[in-house]
Amino acid sequence: MKPAPFDYVAPGSLEETLAALAEHGDDAKILAGGQSLVPMMNFRLAQPAMLVDCNRLRDLEFIRVAPTGELRIGAMTRQRQLERDPLVARHAPLLHGTVPYVAHPQIRNRGTVGGSLAHADPASELPVVALTRDFKLRLQRSGSERWVAAKDFFVGLLETALEPEEMLTEIVIPPLPSRTGWAFTESARRHGDYAQVGVAALVTIDSHGDCQGAKLVYLSVGETPMAAPRAAELLTGSPLTEESFAAAAEMASTQEIDPSADIHATEDYKRHLARVFTVRVLREAAGRAAAAGE
Amino acid sequence: MSESHKQVVTVVTTVNGERFERDVEPRLLLSDFLRHELGLTGTHVGCEHGVCGACTVLFDGEPVRSCLTLAVQAQDHEIGTVEGLASGPEDLHPIQQAFWDAHGLQCGFCTGGILLTMLPFLEKNPNPTEQEIRHALSGNLCRCTGYQHIVDAVLRAAAMMRSGDGNG
Repeated sequence: MKPAPFDYVAPGSLEETLAALAEHGDDAKILAGGQSLVPMMNFRLAQPAMLVDCNRLRDLEFIRVAPTGELRIGAMTRQRQLERDPLVARHAPLLHGTVPYVAHPQIRNRGTVGGSLAHADPASELPVVALTRDFKLRLQRSGSERWVAAKDFFVGLLETALEPEEMLTEIVIPPLPSRTGWAFTESARRHGDYAQVGVAALVTIDSHGDCQGAKLVYLSVGETPMAAPRAAELLTGSPLTEESFAAAAEMASTQEIDPSADIHATEDYKRHLARVFTVRVLREAAGRAAAAGE
Repeated sequence: MSESHKQVVTVVTTVNGERFERDVEPRLLLSDFLRHELGLTGTHVGCEHGVCGACTVLFDGEPVRSCLTLAVQAQDHEIGTVEGLASGPEDLHPIQQAFWDAHGLQCGFCTGGILLTMLPFLEKNPNPTEQEIRHALSGNLCRCTGYQHIVDAVLRAAAMMRSGDGNG
C-alpha cells in the first residue's frame, strides 16, 4: 500500500507547470488535492513516472465574481472553501449545496475543484454540478489556452477533453437565471461513501409559474455524469405538478440513464432510486423557483 | 523507472511547533514520514486510502488524511499530531480528558484521528448538537465503541472547552 517510485516537481508558477507538462506529456500526472490520485497510487492502480505538484500555485486558489455576474473559481481552490464562501452560496447555490456531499471534511480540506472535475469520476458530485450549471472550463497549455463547455469536457469513464500537456486552471459559472430553483440529493451506504445514485435538478419558471426550462443530471448511472434532456423537455412549457414530476422521473429513470449493477445495488434498484430522487429534487427545485419568483 | 533511480527531496516542515528537516523519497506518505522519520507513532495507519480517518493530522490547522498527502507536500507547512495536543507528557488536553472521563475509546486505534478531527470542529462549533457531532465524526471509523461514548466525550469536551476548564 505504498506508491511506486516517481519523479517529483513542485513548480512555483503556472508557466513552469505548463512547461513541465509540455516536456513530459503522458508520463506526467498533475497532483492537485491528491484525494483520488494518491489512493490510486497507494493501490498502484496508478503509477505515473512523474508527478507535477500544483500545490504551490496559490494564484489558482481564488473565488471571485466577474462584472458580468459570472463566478470564477481557480482550479486549485479547495472544496472546503466552496462550502465556506458566501460568494459561492449567493452565486452558485447548487454548487454550495452539493459540496457537503463530497466525501468527508478531511478530504474536502485537501481536495480541489479542478482535481475533482479533471478526475471525472462518474460517481462524484462536482462533475454533475458542472454539467447541470454549464460550467465553462479554462484549459491551458504552454503558450495557448482554450475554453471548453462542461458538456464537451466529460467524454468517458475517468476521461476528459484534457490533452496530456493541458491543465484545467479555472472554472466559470454563469449567473443563475431569475426564478430558478435547484436541488441535489444522493444515496450512499454510509455518509461520504461513493453514492449509488445521485441527481441534481434546475427548474426555471415563468411569471405564471409554468416551467420555462429544466435540467436533470445524474451520477453513478453511466460512464460520465448523465443528463436527461428528454425528461427535462417533458416538464418545459407546462405547470409543475406532481404528475409532471412523475412523468419526468419515469422518462429519466427508464429511458435516459444507463446504470450497471455493482456490489451495493442492482440495476433495477438504481433505476428505482433515480425515479424516487427525481421527483424529490424536482419538487424541491420547483419550490425554490417559486420562492425566488416572489 | 528502475528501482536504482531514486529521487531524494529535502523536506523542511514544522510538526507540533518544532522544525524538522529530512531527505526523503517523494513517494513517502506523510503518515509514514511522521511515524518512521520522526518517531511520532500516535498517527495511526489504517486503510491507507482515505476511508478510515485513523491517520488524520492537522495541516495548517485543518484536519487532513496524512495517508493521502505526500511528505514532500508538508514543505513549509505546519503539521499537528496527537502528540502535540497536551502541554506536557503528564498533561491531557481538555478533549483528551473528556475522552478519558466518558470512556470515549476502547482499543484506541481510531482515537488520535478522532481527536484531531474533533478539535478544529469544536473550535468552530463550540456548542454543537449531538447530530452535528455525529455528522462531523462521519469520516472516522471506530470498530469498538459503537460511537455512543465518543459522542458523549465530544459533548463533554465541548462543555469543558466552553468553560475553559481543563478538568471539566
